[in-house]
Amino acid sequence: MTVQSETSTVETATGKAKTMVLNMGPQHPSTHGVLRILLELDGENVVKAIPDMGYLHTGIEKSCEDKTYSQAITLTDRIDYLNPLGNNLAYCLAVEKLLGIEVPKRAQYIRVLMVELQRVSSHLVWLGTHAIDLGAMSVFLYCFREREEILKIFEFVTGQRMMTSYIRIGGLALEPPTGYLERVEKFVKMMPGRIDEYEELLTGNRIWIGRTKGVGYISAEDAIALSMTGPTLRAAGVAYDNRKVFPYSSYEEFDFDVPTRTDSDCFGRYMVRVAEMRESLKIIRQAIKKIPPEGPVRTDAPGIVPPEREKMKTEMEALIYHFKIFTEGFSPPPGEAFAAVESPRGELGVFVASDGSPKPLRVHFRAPSFINLQALPKLIEGKLIADVIACIGTIDIVLGEVDR
Amino acid sequence: MAENSNQNTNVVVERLRGWSPNAVSEVIEFRGETTIVVPRNVLRDVAERCRGDKELRFNLLSDATCVDRYPLEPRFEVNYQLVSIPRRERLCLQVRLSSSDPVVDSLVPVWPGANWLEREIFDLFGIRFNGHPDLRRILMPDDWEGYPLRKDFPVEGYRDIPSIATRYTRNRT
Repeated sequence: MTVQSETSTVETATGKAKTMVLNMGPQHPSTHGVLRILLELDGENVVKAIPDMGYLHTGIEKSCEDKTYSQAITLTDRIDYLNPLGNNLAYCLAVEKLLGIEVPKRAQYIRVLMVELQRVSSHLVWLGTHAIDLGAMSVFLYCFREREEILKIFEFVTGQRMMTSYIRIGGLALEPPTGYLERVEKFVKMMPGRIDEYEELLTGNRIWIGRTKGVGYISAEDAIALSMTGPTLRAAGVAYDNRKVFPYSSYEEFDFDVPTRTDSDCFGRYMVRVAEMRESLKIIRQAIKKIPPEGPVRTDAPGIVPPEREKMKTEMEALIYHFKIFTEGFSPPPGEAFAAVESPRGELGVFVASDGSPKPLRVHFRAPSFINLQALPKLIEGKLIADVIACIGTIDIVLGEVDR
Repeated sequence: MAENSNQNTNVVVERLRGWSPNAVSEVIEFRGETTIVVPRNVLRDVAERCRGDKELRFNLLSDATCVDRYPLEPRFEVNYQLVSIPRRERLCLQVRLSSSDPVVDSLVPVWPGANWLEREIFDLFGIRFNGHPDLRRILMPDDWEGYPLRKDFPVEGYRDIPSIATRYTRNRT
């Protein structure tokens, strides 16, 4: 892609002047991956910005069509690599909707617990990297210290730090190990004090305020028109959160607030995300109390959910089902289903279409990073080049999800 | 819950039918989701209604995607997932397109957020959107040939494309 730079001129105080085109990225640390932005500049001011992506396009949607419904779960982890459990959940909810199966309450609560931990860890990565982009080095180290604790919990419960594939169609992959709730509880006790520490470093910091306040404003009308969702929309004053508006996985039983702001700038988005971390901890605390100590973590759906190991040794049918699930898969009825969850970045929707065969006809991910990024030119055109970095940071993009 | 959504659905379908009897060609109810199939020539008007009508107010375009039903005809289904934030409701608009003429009106004038979503569909399925301000490829390289998410495009791609290594050495000599 090229820009006709030689034809572009701008009016300056001393007459017409030529603009310069600067190629930002794809190898630029503050683009959080391989985003390329063509910036047309008038001195230090951005005249026009054209985002260019696809450098990380791996054709995940096409690959899903060549796998069975259960196999495709492993691909969903790799879309938004800071929110693998949330992706698993969105995909499984869509397939469960297509199949028309319910998940046991215990599994639903554990799903909520895990996804909220994931939200905290994703916001921690966001806060650390965003702060380092704007020159606050130390916050990054503290954020990653706490994120490590969450990843240790994930490793303990799921066996994996990042690409967990823990949430499966019809429930969870495994019964969580003994003592996992104590570890989560320990983390939840420690975390509020740590969030206070980050806020102490940033919220009242004059340099931080100078770099973020009033930068990257977008009105609520524009944000809705450009299909923005998530913290970026909530910072504009629209309390749209899928967990409240279209509850899934028993979120309606949890008591939490949806933080909103009205300033709709980089500072507002920062405040919304920090408040969201606290709300997530609130949900986790309730989930710890709610999760029953015993009970099934998978629904009883023969032919869809793999049978328990013990049953396979004693029952012929269980063995047959197990063999059929892992060789040919299962066939949902023909139809289309769309399930949306609130990922740390916004509305993550999964569209699954079935033609009655064991492989999906089409899987589509409504990637919040991709759609929110669309508003980037609106945020930065007419502003300084230094604000570009702050704006990319507060949209909170994950390029794995943008390009899929 | 299901009854409630059924009731609401009727409101949407009735509003649209009341405005024009040709606006709705089929209503699909599946697992609590409502899909309204719209004839291609009235899509933009129906979308405008869905957003602007005081009773409907579908102000957020959540998603747009396409399904390729090759070798069936009409081959393509373009789905628009709408959300009404004030009314807390979802709706899916669907348009069916034949393989010989995969062209439909763009919804960018109605929801500016449709811009990249439609570019993605154009890029991966080769559907053209009339009136789109900037219909370019978005994920694939600009010089890519073919539409990768179509069912007649092989999953492993075409093998006769020279590898990156050979391209690199050819440029060097």
